[in-house]
Amino acid sequence: MNNFPAFLHLKLGIYVKYFVDWLIKNFGEFFEALTEALLWFLGQVESFFLWLPWWVVVGGVCFLGWRLRKLSTGITFALLMLLIGSFKLWDATMATMALVLTSVVFSLVIGIPLGILMAYSERTSTLMKPVLDAMQTMPSFVYLIPAVMLFNLGKVPATFATIIYAVPPVMRLTELGIRRVPREMVEAAHSFGSTAWQTLVKVQLPQALPTIMTGINQTTMMALSMVVIASMIGAKGLGMEIMIAISRLDIARGFEAGISVVILAIIIDRLSQGLVHKFKFPE
Amino acid sequence: MQMTIKVKVENLTKIFGRSPKAVLKKVQEGMSKEEVLKKTGHTLGINNVSFEVKEGEIFVIMGLSGSGKSTLIRCLNLLNVPTDGKIYVDGENIVAYDKHQLREYRQKKVAMVFQHFGLFTHRTVIKNVEYGLEVRNIPPGKRYEIARKVLATVGLEGWEFKYPTQLSGGMQQRVGLARALANDPDILLMDEPFSALDPLIRREMQLELLDMQAKLKKTIIFITHDVNEAFKLGDRVAMMRDGKIEQIGTPEEIFSTPANEYIENFVKDIDKTKIIQAKNIMFKPAALISLKDGLNVAAKEMERNGISSVFVVDSERRLLGLVTIDDTVKAIKEHKTLIDILRHEYNTTGPETYIQDLLPIATESKYPIAVVDENNKFLGIIVRVSVLSALI
Repeated sequence: MNNFPAFLHLKLGIYVKYFVDWLIKNFGEFFEALTEALLWFLGQVESFFLWLPWWVVVGGVCFLGWRLRKLSTGITFALLMLLIGSFKLWDATMATMALVLTSVVFSLVIGIPLGILMAYSERTSTLMKPVLDAMQTMPSFVYLIPAVMLFNLGKVPATFATIIYAVPPVMRLTELGIRRVPREMVEAAHSFGSTAWQTLVKVQLPQALPTIMTGINQTTMMALSMVVIASMIGAKGLGMEIMIAISRLDIARGFEAGISVVILAIIIDRLSQGLVHKFKFPE
Repeated sequence: MQMTIKVKVENLTKIFGRSPKAVLKKVQEGMSKEEVLKKTGHTLGINNVSFEVKEGEIFVIMGLSGSGKSTLIRCLNLLNVPTDGKIYVDGENIVAYDKHQLREYRQKKVAMVFQHFGLFTHRTVIKNVEYGLEVRNIPPGKRYEIARKVLATVGLEGWEFKYPTQLSGGMQQRVGLARALANDPDILLMDEPFSALDPLIRREMQLELLDMQAKLKKTIIFITHDVNEAFKLGDRVAMMRDGKIEQIGTPEEIFSTPANEYIENFVKDIDKTKIIQAKNIMFKPAALISLKDGLNVAAKEMERNGISSVFVVDSERRLLGLVTIDDTVKAIKEHKTLIDILRHEYNTTGPETYIQDLLPIATESKYPIAVVDENNKFLGIIVRVSVLSALI
């Protein structure tokens, strides 16, 4: 009597499976080509990072820390990077950087235009909001399975999963930033005969920029937090180190890799927040 | 003032909501604003409004909040698209403009000044002023030059590279004004431009606007909720209520013959001394002596009209002076001429002087005040009684 009625049994999941099967069957070649292209792109980025001499990276981080915040910050960042190197985790860190950076770039390319669209169209906004909620709350393992089926194992599905998880903040904050531009300011732009594009580029985006930069910062942080999960489907880097440490119960190795992720997160966060401040105008 | 019609608005209606066209019919059948809102959920912004604005005049639209005045001014550059009606600017119906024509119209003919300034806070002052020129793809060097010049005319030299938020309210609105003027538009739309400023600055800006207008001769459509501001600035004033225009006229017309009780209540609070001008209370004197008339005519005229002094003009009605009855009688006995006994210790004034400035003169002077135009041509006289009675 108090049990949920047995006849109410909806097998929704099976249709999702059918859909993925249908995708693979009909668009298999498309996904293969896409995988190849992404793999090539990721490979280029990764080999660029690995090619960079270590002292250029350390020096670069130091310089950025100095310019965007202060000199002592730059020096601290440089020392932290040296610490990672001394853990013998330099290459893994660069691989992670490549993955994070690529995911962030793709997230921005997808997220900012969609965020603009959401700000302009009430309908798109109401439609996208639950989708974004789902993207952020759905356990990532759930979409790792179809991602692997579509893109094979390795970096490509890892990037794909990272993008899904990391794109919502930049979309939301782009929308918010543009919606928050005062009505009179937009009216003023229109009243001078601006085209829609001029209004967007000369008024709305610059006004929204500090908010968008906050979104980019959050997106980057989210992408970084996905590295361990992404390594479950074969992405190399710090995540992979952690996975190996877990499977071998190697506390030392796990700790060093974990600390490296934290250091990377702190550096990226502080640098991108420094960048946010650079884009602020007196309000 | 030229009498060309610059803007002509015909039966303009604006309804906000999901399907304004459907509601339009009910409005035309006479449904009231409240009924429209209750029955259809639509807001009737402006309802069948018609008026004309002459070239070079300041046309003030005055109304309380919710009267539709901001909606109306936003129709004039199509920030609001009217539901029904026509707006002619220089004879062209702008409501029928396509996208391209509209952009051209906004870029060249009309500019707007906003209540909360609407400045781009991410741009420096000069970049704000350059905006309208930038949108028109005018080369950077040229627009910089124009912007500097315009900023100088509003008294903001040296502030070019500050950000708007670093300026005081009054200065920010000067930037707003400069930005609007940079495009050299024919028509200036001013949506409560001084309402956000404190009273002292507001008064200063009002005077500066009048000064500027004397030089630039733009067609200005000015929105305000302040009846004193409306009557101070407006060559003509339109009084709005509930989306309709209740009365249009010069300040003096509205003041002396308010169309209904609502407007009467408004003008009650006005400081009359700032609205009524010399020309409104002057009258043609019963007697006026020409130089060639001579002493005897002067004496007779004064006697007949029971007055003790009379003004003397030349053959072109230019004011020469004044003679008193005592002087005249004496002069006749002593065989002098009219020109010998002319007195000059009376006051003159222009026809557009406000009575607030006439009050001190009128109470002191023992002769009537003579009203003359800029060529010293005699227009009429003002006596103390008429100044004082105008205040009641």
